[in-house]
Parts: sequence; structure tokens; C-alpha cells
Amino acid sequence: MSTSSALLENAVEQLATLPGIGRRTAMRMALDLLRRDLASVQRFSESVRRLREEVRYCGECCNISDQDLCGICASPARDHGLVCVVEDVRDVVAIENTHQYKGLYHVLGGVISPMDGVGPEDLRIARLLERVGSGMVREVVLALGATLEGDTTCFYLHRRLREHGVAVSQIARGISIGGDLEHVDELTLGRSIADRKPYEQSVKR
Amino acid sequence: MKVRFRRLSLFQFRNHAEADLELGPEINCFTGPNGTGKTNLLDAVHYLSLCKSYFDATDQHAVRHGEEQFLLKGELEEPDGPVELACSVRKEHRKVFQRDRKEYERLSDHIGRWPAVMITPYDGQLILEGSEVRRRFVDGLIAQFDRGYLDALMRYNRALKHRNVLLKRFAEQGGGSLEALEPWDEQLAAHAATVHRGRRAFLAELTPLVLEHYQGISSGPESVGLEYRSALDQEPMDSLLRRLWDRDRSAQYTTEGVHRDDLHFLLDGLPLKRFGSQGQQKTFLIALKLAQFDLTAARTGRKPVLMLDDIFDKIDPLRMRHLLRLLGGGRFGQVLITDTDAGRLHQALDGLPHDVRFFHLDHAQTIRMEAVERAEAL
Ligand SMILES: [Zn+2]
Repeated sequence: MSTSSALLENAVEQLATLPGIGRRTAMRMALDLLRRDLASVQRFSESVRRLREEVRYCGECCNISDQDLCGICASPARDHGLVCVVEDVRDVVAIENTHQYKGLYHVLGGVISPMDGVGPEDLRIARLLERVGSGMVREVVLALGATLEGDTTCFYLHRRLREHGVAVSQIARGISIGGDLEHVDELTLGRSIADRKPYEQSVKR
Repeated sequence: MKVRFRRLSLFQFRNHAEADLELGPEINCFTGPNGTGKTNLLDAVHYLSLCKSYFDATDQHAVRHGEEQFLLKGELEEPDGPVELACSVRKEHRKVFQRDRKEYERLSDHIGRWPAVMITPYDGQLILEGSEVRRRFVDGLIAQFDRGYLDALMRYNRALKHRNVLLKRFAEQGGGSLEALEPWDEQLAAHAATVHRGRRAFLAELTPLVLEHYQGISSGPESVGLEYRSALDQEPMDSLLRRLWDRDRSAQYTTEGVHRDDLHFLLDGLPLKRFGSQGQQKTFLIALKLAQFDLTAARTGRKPVLMLDDIFDKIDPLRMRHLLRLLGGGRFGQVLITDTDAGRLHQALDGLPHDVRFFHLDHAQTIRMEAVERAEAL
């Protein structure tokens, strides 16, 4: 791409480093920024700069936070005996959006995957074991993706947590609400049938 | 019920600029010199049945040289009236697959509805090459009808790769313990059991069918066998992994498991690859594919279109005659055959009570149809 301005090209190049953004889209973004008034673009770039410079990770759950302790871990309204283990921050957002969960989180920062060079030591597992070791935690809920690597990580965590005598559970996998059975893929349906539960438990909710 | 293509049309598909054929309900023979595009007609049917070529995974390669797109159409005869299938590929675009002018949301909704089974000289690699080719053949057939098997197989292969990466790292960096492999070994053991069980059950169904078909085609006294061998026959995967830990560590990969399973083809108890004549090997492959036909028919409730591509070389006339008699006998459905030698095919079919159509191809890209008078039933 050749333009009349090196400044424009530079901005396009930077925007195109973002995931999912090609040069064509980056050009559209850059031109859009040019059309805005200066104050709006300053707010934009300032927010990006501060994001990188000021964001911290919660000392308890390793979630992204503005303070040493994140809003969730600092809240007395949350159940501090319950810890949900997730892969990354997006999973926290997804679970928070359900408004169903009142416990705390633990963000691992990935799953074990030797092919990608990720071993248990690269994840925030030691911190999780510390938290559990403090004796405050009653139950750990494993909420990792249903991939091979997710399952393997669950297996590994279960083995490590067992030593601490804490209850370990795993989120249920099954059929989406409001869906027809015939449109559910066979594996999910099979799993849902294998993992069925007493009817009384399902009407209580 | 059988899959029955009534009409087939090709536009800019491989060497065919344009072709339009009315197929007969039973035996359809495509004859002509090499390079006239007989096999491409079969591949067109394979496309319409399975949404892909039998020979080449890249759709773009099937577009006729110098053109931008191809279009295939097939009209199926169905109890509720004809169904029209269309498949088109344009360069730089995705493949479009339609049924009665409505595009499929997922190709998997189509695959398996109107099945096809193809036999070609390439299948010889099943006998001649390494065990991986045979595992892929068996896995493909099982997975087509068993999503759970496919999932277990993919997870097994992935877990194996992770484990091998770890074994390699142990060797490079020192250290490493069986305990560090445990999360992967746990997964491997569970999925290996599913794969082993799936293969064993499948081969228990397939084997008697292969033997039966071999006897049906062959006129010789020889007997054939099919043996599935797996380290898991003797020992479960978790115990294998524990026992072979030292060996795996020095080899830097996982030396035993269902990824080493093999299928042995036998002739009077000896390896078919070394002791079978070309004719016997070919007959075995045909029997194997006919067994695939039977299982596909049983699982889909449809007799697939059976396609025999250029398989009669090195087969003696008596076996050829037996095979052709078998193919028209009601156990099979629509059959498409290619052969360079029209005379040989005419002779082998002469006097059989089948509906037979010949299509003669030439280098000028004309296709001449010849309906053969049906012989009186004996
Ligand atoms: Zn926190």
C-alpha cells in the first residue's frame, strides 16, 4: 500500500498488528480517526496508553485489575469459599454476564499445551495452590474449555488440588437452552445423556 | 433403496468442456483411450455424492485448464420425484453445493445421504504401502458414521503429539518423569480404548464380508484372511505406557499404542503383499471395497453408486465375468465402470441379464451412447 503520507502508512501498519485486522481494515480505521476532532482521538490514544501502563493483575485471582486487589476479590458480597478456575479474562466476563455466579475466580492465563511450549510452570497454578492452601477455599470449580488441552489441564489441577482436600467440581457440558435436540451435535447430546441429573435438581433452579 | 443418478452433466470439469449423460439404472460402461476423461466422469459422481474429489483435495484443480469455474449437476431418481444436486467451484471462491437449487448450510448435511464407493488402481497402495494407509482407510469408514470415534481418534493423535514433544524435551533438557506425562497418558489411555474397541468391532463386521466377496469373484482354491493386530489386544494402554517408559524415553517418542495398529491381508495364511499374484491382490481389493459397499448400504439404508475405475487389467476373464455377474444381481445398485478395452467389457457382459449402457469417449470429446439389448433372464 503506497500513500501520500508516511504518517498515515505508519498508523496503518500499527493498526494492522491487531488480531483480525488486515491492512484494508486498518486503512479504513486510520481514515476514520483522521476525520474525528483532535480531542476525541486524544481520548482514544490516551486510553490505549493507560491500559498498557496502568493495568495490574489482581494479587489474588490474577484477573486484570486497576488495584492490587480486583473488584471481585475485594467484594464482601462474594462467596470467598468458592473459586472458579478459568483460562483467561474473557471467560471471567462471560461468567459474570450470567449473573449466576457469586464466588471468586482464578485466571490461569492459558492451558497446558507442550506443542505450544506451555507447561504447568507457565500458568498461574502455584498461586492457585497457595490460595487453596490458606484454608479459605471450600470448593474449586473447573471451568476450562472442552478441548483436549483443557481436559488435560483439569486432570492435572485435580491431581494437585487433591492433596489439599478441597472439593473439586467441573462445569456441566450440554445442550444450549432454547435449542431443539435434533440440532445438537451428537457428541454434546451423548455427553448430556451420560451426565444427566435427577429431575428434582433441575426444577429447583 | 438405491442411489440412482438418472442424469449427469459436467461443465468445464477437468478435461470436459461440456458433457451431458443419461445414465442407465444398472451397469454403465465408459470406454475409450486413455486421456479421454473416463475417470473424470466417475469423479464427477464422487463430487456430487461426497462433495469432493476422490483423487485431489484441492477443488480448484478440477477446473478445466484455462477456465474460471466448473459446474456439476446430477439428477437423482427418488420415490418422491427427481432431486437435483449441483456443485460449483469458482476460482478464488468457496465451493457451492446445492440440492434443488437451495444451498446447504453444512456440507455434512449432504455427505452420506447419497453414498458412493469407488475402486481404482490407486487402492493398490492399501496392500503395498505402510500401515498408515490401512489405518486411514479403516478410520475413515468408521468415523463416517461415528462422531464419537472420530473425536476420540483426533484427541488421541493430539495427546500423542503433546506427549512426544515432552519426551523430546526430556531428552534435550534432561530430567522428566513418568509422573509429568500422567495427564497425557490418562487421556491417551481413555481414547486408545475407544479407538481399539471401534476398530475391533468394525473389523468383526467387515471381515466376513470381504471373505465372502473374495470367494464370489475368485475361482481359485485359495483362501484369504484379514487380521487386525494391536498392542492393546494383550495389554491396556495405560499399562503399556508404564511398561515402555524407559524405551519411550530413549526413543524420544511413544513406541506403542493404537497409532501402531495394523491390518494384515493374508493369502492362505501368508502375507498377500509378498505371496499374492497381481490378480489375487486386485481381487482382494475389490472384495474389500465391496464389503465397504455392504456396510455403507447397511448404515445409510441406501445402496451406494459403485464405481470401478480401470480395474480389469491383470484380472483373468473368468474372475471378471464372476464380478460382473455379481454386480447386476440385485445386491448392488447403479454401477459405473471405466475400461480402455470396450471389446473385453462387451464380452464379459455378453449374455448376462443386466441393463447395460455403453458410453464411448474419444479425443474429440464426443460421447456416443450405446444401449445394449438386455439378454433374456436365464
Ligand atoms: Zn481478584
